[in-house]
Amino acid sequence: MIHILKTRILKGVVTRHIEPELTGQIESSGSELKTLILKKFGRSLHIREVDTGSCGACESEIISANNPIYDLQRFGINFVATPRHADALMVTGPVSKNMLLALKKTYEAMPEPKFVITCGDCALNGGLFKDSYYTEGAVKDILPVVLHIPGCPPSPLMIVQTLLAFLQS
Amino acid sequence: MDCPEIISGIKKEFTGFNPLCVSRPYADEVVIKVNPPDFKNTCLVLHKILSSPVMALFALDERRKTGSFAINCVFVDFRNSRWITVTMDIPQEDPGFDSLAKSMHSASLFEREIWEAFGVKPKGHPDLRRLRLHDEVWPQGNYPLRKDFNGINPQALGEYKFARVDGEGVFEVPVGPVHAGIIGPGHFRFSVAGEPIINLEIRLGFKHRGIEKLFEGKSCLDAVGLSECVSGDSSFAHSFAFTQAAEKISGVSIPPQAAYLRSIFLELERMYNHVNGVGGMALDAGFSFPSAYASIIKEAILQLNDKLTGSRYLKKVNTIGGVLADIDDTKKQILLDSLKHIKQDFNELVKILYSSVSFMDRVDTTGILHRKTAEDLGLVGLIARASGIPTDLRKYFPGVYKEVKFKMVTQESGDVLARLRVRISEFEESIRLIEEFATKLAKSGELRTSQGIKEGRALGYAEGWRGPVLYWLETGPTGLIERCKIVDPSFHNWQGLSFAVLGNIIPDFPLCNKSFDLSYSGNDL
Repeated sequence: MIHILKTRILKGVVTRHIEPELTGQIESSGSELKTLILKKFGRSLHIREVDTGSCGACESEIISANNPIYDLQRFGINFVATPRHADALMVTGPVSKNMLLALKKTYEAMPEPKFVITCGDCALNGGLFKDSYYTEGAVKDILPVVLHIPGCPPSPLMIVQTLLAFLQS
Repeated sequence: MDCPEIISGIKKEFTGFNPLCVSRPYADEVVIKVNPPDFKNTCLVLHKILSSPVMALFALDERRKTGSFAINCVFVDFRNSRWITVTMDIPQEDPGFDSLAKSMHSASLFEREIWEAFGVKPKGHPDLRRLRLHDEVWPQGNYPLRKDFNGINPQALGEYKFARVDGEGVFEVPVGPVHAGIIGPGHFRFSVAGEPIINLEIRLGFKHRGIEKLFEGKSCLDAVGLSECVSGDSSFAHSFAFTQAAEKISGVSIPPQAAYLRSIFLELERMYNHVNGVGGMALDAGFSFPSAYASIIKEAILQLNDKLTGSRYLKKVNTIGGVLADIDDTKKQILLDSLKHIKQDFNELVKILYSSVSFMDRVDTTGILHRKTAEDLGLVGLIARASGIPTDLRKYFPGVYKEVKFKMVTQESGDVLARLRVRISEFEESIRLIEEFATKLAKSGELRTSQGIKEGRALGYAEGWRGPVLYWLETGPTGLIERCKIVDPSFHNWQGLSFAVLGNIIPDFPLCNKSFDLSYSGNDL
């Protein structure tokens, strides 16, 4: 306990100030949905993440966005454990054939209104894996995507800024 | 024939041994070509005399060139710092070979892989269920790694059958493929009687992206980026092993500055992952403060990577013949200053963990993996070291690690605590190694040797943070890639988790899983 207190006091506050900045792309349907979301949820947003074949770097950065430095939760954005609790689905990776059904089922399990965000270059169009015999291609051909966060992987700063900009009225 | 001592060693155990050809294409590689009837015995004898698991076992489709498939089986000879590959050609009609799996378990998964991707049958294998091409979406009779594969031929779909445990009071808990956390997909099926787990079957392959096929036809330079995306948290170890294979084929020796830089980056990658693993174990034991603290340290290392190379995950740093990012005097100062702070923070983190009785109680004797089990399964890397097996490529194939007196870390108990301790000691050792390497950096050294890619075959390898990453590469006459076989340590080690959790309760599964911390994408390819 004494170590925890000492470390806590010596370390101080590590969380940094972040301004919203839209570096991603919002699909045309996104703006209408955004109005609806803001009306329904205010600024609180619960996200379920699904990995459909990413290399793991995007996951690592999404986790980093929740660390004490970027602290995504202070803005009311939470990653939740089940699609039943989620407003948005965040998809990473090209869609592997094996994950197609799981992706659709996860989306179906979410309550309305709901929307999909893609995170990382692979999720946009398959990235390096788009010519593979085992990928299904862009997520937006399978589910209605409203926002894309670019990068390989996108940095946690970019993830936080893009989400904030999207939610800002 | 080269290497008479190997031949006489094999002959002692296998009197009828008569190889077609023994060659030594590189100082650290020996290739033994045998007739198909001798293949199994040769492999079993090498397995015994080298005490090496099968490090890689894979097929090549050479029907266009020679009218046959080739099977290669790679063992490691730590005593003599070299890799021994046994190879044979098998006719293309009804292709098959005698399975090694029953006599040598570490061949089992590789044989299943050969069967599903090439349609070459390991005869007598007890379990030929597919690993990555799931029966529910991929029709039978389609073998994507054959050279003449061009699109799916519609055939009947099948169904995967899980092993069933029957008995009074036994129930099953299916988990996945989509898990509760922000993590890759995989299906875990627990059979539980009362509280303890009595069987765990892990079904993976959900993230299969056909990477090995994507390498084919690419130039080596273009393929470096692909190797970085095999497993995102080991991107440097993968590009290291891949570029090394390409460099061996071309006869390129990288400049000393590049060799030091590569080792520094490899150790930085180990550090951010090890601290992430330590924090993850704290989180899965419900101890959130040290977990948050570890994530601050991880972030500091990722930001350091970014400052040094422009990439948090050390992507686009490696290239064929050397590296693209230098560490000059200013950056060296940044590196050493950051390491000093990271070291202090890490020491505090370790103190917090070790002084918590309830945390130590959770990790001590949880998820024990016995040395015998680890040896029988052919486990590698960090997991094997935590169960007392001395295995580390940095020790046995030292390269520049020779100059800094690398110390291998092992633990005996094989539980979660042992895996935690290996991570902690390796993290501390990595800091020391980087500091030593940094003193050897020249003010302005050459970073890269440029040379065209030749035709040939070679094995590249690196001790990533999880364990040995292997790339077996073959290039054609124009220098384009013909075949690239990737072995991530996770492919060996996932089966170890099934054994480590036996007798533990399901609530301890996340803790055991995190202590293994294996890659889904590196396994699924």
